[in-house]
Amino acid sequence: MLEYSLLAGILFGLYFGLVALGLNLIFGVMKIVNLAHGDFLMLGGYGAYIVFTDFHVNPLITLLVEIVIFVLIGFPLYYLLVPRLQASRDPEMLSLILFFGLSQVIEALATLRFGSSERSIPGTVLGDGPISLFQQTFPVAWVVSGAISLLAVGAIYIYLYRTRIGQLTRAVMAQREEALSTGIDVQRISAIAFGIGIAGAAVAGVLSPFMMGSITPSMGVGITITSFAVIVIGSLGNPLGTVAGGIIYGVALMFMQTYFSSWANLLPYLLLIAILLVKPTGLFGRRMRNA
Amino acid sequence: MRRLAVRPAPKRLIPMLVILVAVVAAFAAAPRVYSNQLLLFNTIVYLVLAQGLNIIYGFTGYLPFGYVGFFGAGAYGFSLAVLHWHTPPLAALALGTLVAIILALILTPLLRLSGAYFAVANLAASEAVLQIVSNPNLTDFTKGPYGISLEKIYNPTLSYGAAVVTLAFTLAIVVYLKSSRFGLALQAIREDPISAGMAGVNVVRGRVLAWLMSALVAGLIGGIFAWYVSVFYPETVFDLSVSIFAIVFALFGGTATLVGPILGVLILYGIYNVIGISTPAYFQLIYGLLIVLLILFLPNGIVSLIDRGTRRVP
Repeated sequence: MLEYSLLAGILFGLYFGLVALGLNLIFGVMKIVNLAHGDFLMLGGYGAYIVFTDFHVNPLITLLVEIVIFVLIGFPLYYLLVPRLQASRDPEMLSLILFFGLSQVIEALATLRFGSSERSIPGTVLGDGPISLFQQTFPVAWVVSGAISLLAVGAIYIYLYRTRIGQLTRAVMAQREEALSTGIDVQRISAIAFGIGIAGAAVAGVLSPFMMGSITPSMGVGITITSFAVIVIGSLGNPLGTVAGGIIYGVALMFMQTYFSSWANLLPYLLLIAILLVKPTGLFGRRMRNA
Repeated sequence: MRRLAVRPAPKRLIPMLVILVAVVAAFAAAPRVYSNQLLLFNTIVYLVLAQGLNIIYGFTGYLPFGYVGFFGAGAYGFSLAVLHWHTPPLAALALGTLVAIILALILTPLLRLSGAYFAVANLAASEAVLQIVSNPNLTDFTKGPYGISLEKIYNPTLSYGAAVVTLAFTLAIVVYLKSSRFGLALQAIREDPISAGMAGVNVVRGRVLAWLMSALVAGLIGGIFAWYVSVFYPETVFDLSVSIFAIVFALFGGTATLVGPILGVLILYGIYNVIGISTPAYFQLIYGLLIVLLILFLPNGIVSLIDRGTRRVP
């Protein structure tokens, strides 16, 4: 039981790390909160669902196509919304409201297009039979999702730490004003980060029918809050911190579900508040968040 | 940089008092000429919540996404007092408000956080309270997810009257903040807490008082809401969209003013009642677009159209 909870927690933790990663990247680079993050994830999930039910395409192929599509959606969306927002008097606060509005638009369009009932994709699509890991058996979809999450996080890590644009992105994260004054095209770097951020959400979305059981147009807000909890546990602008945050969250969630199942829903909220109050910089961060 | 209002002058008080009396009188008299009392009642609830949010966000800059937590705390404090101890409604209202204030005191440490961290931590706090209240293990005490039923004390006339009194009280707080040194001090803290502190403003005391005042009005109207509707579920009184509505109404009109949130509620809640109930998905779409356009093109609300940066709108 203990080993099972721990391993399942790690698999879910890797996945939650991926869920939160895009939000972290966007917040780190632009200092805006994309409250529509969970809704982009939902769109990614519906994309996989529709393509699978109508054309029987394996979600793993859809996943690759969606990365391209969401990066391409991200650019115009960035230039439409963010520069204007950043010129306003209180970008960080107003971003919460602006992106909440966007989240409402996406949710409404999804409800009108897909209906409000729950949808799911059978887990056997990703492979047959349960898989054994350390004498514990897990649905194959969980293991595949965990592995893909690890790959996606690794890709973003390489982007941030091994490429030229990634280096510039980290410069913008560290000191926006100075990055601007050294001639970095902050708008372009931010637009790329925005595209990657929502593409990350879409990838997590493709896996969401397997990890969350089903998808609905209204799932977005809850996912955004969970993502925020994961980011806060880890820390800002640090992809490895987010993965560690995801694993801590995933393991804690599995233990709660095993031993205190009726209180498990309380966990993300309490964890979020406790960490913000006790160690506001997150477990792996240096930045200050105090007023 | 925003310009701060100059010294609060007494002559600015009179137009605000006129607005206060006019709004309160209109809602006191409206049930005699307009039959949909529930709609009037809900409008009062949102007027109080939008102004309560204005107290904390407009005057101090803290954006409480979980503001509905105080509303729900007031509703449950009221209901549980009535159910378990058969408290008379007015005394139960006082208890409900007290519960909301206690919740605000427990959450006071959140004021150490800045910006989005405060907003999201507060949202998490309100969701945590909902999870506790609706937990099936506590059904004996809170009725868990099955909701509250108070038909024995159902009294729409009296509870409507209490809502009107609460509206007057809330508007009076905003008038006070708009015309007192304390309100000016809060706005100074919002603009630059360090300079305000050096100028002799007690920053922590100012923030905490504004926080408690906004929790007080939300808890009070939450209790009255429970009394008026008398049957409700935990999700009704801890609904995140109540917070969002209050925030958007206040911002749409214009924060740190008396008329802004009033205009915001009357216009947007009006639109909601025309199209929102019959076709919720289309309403959500229009509403979302409206929010996006508002933030992009009119971030200081519709009063900024009249105001033109003078900050003299009451």
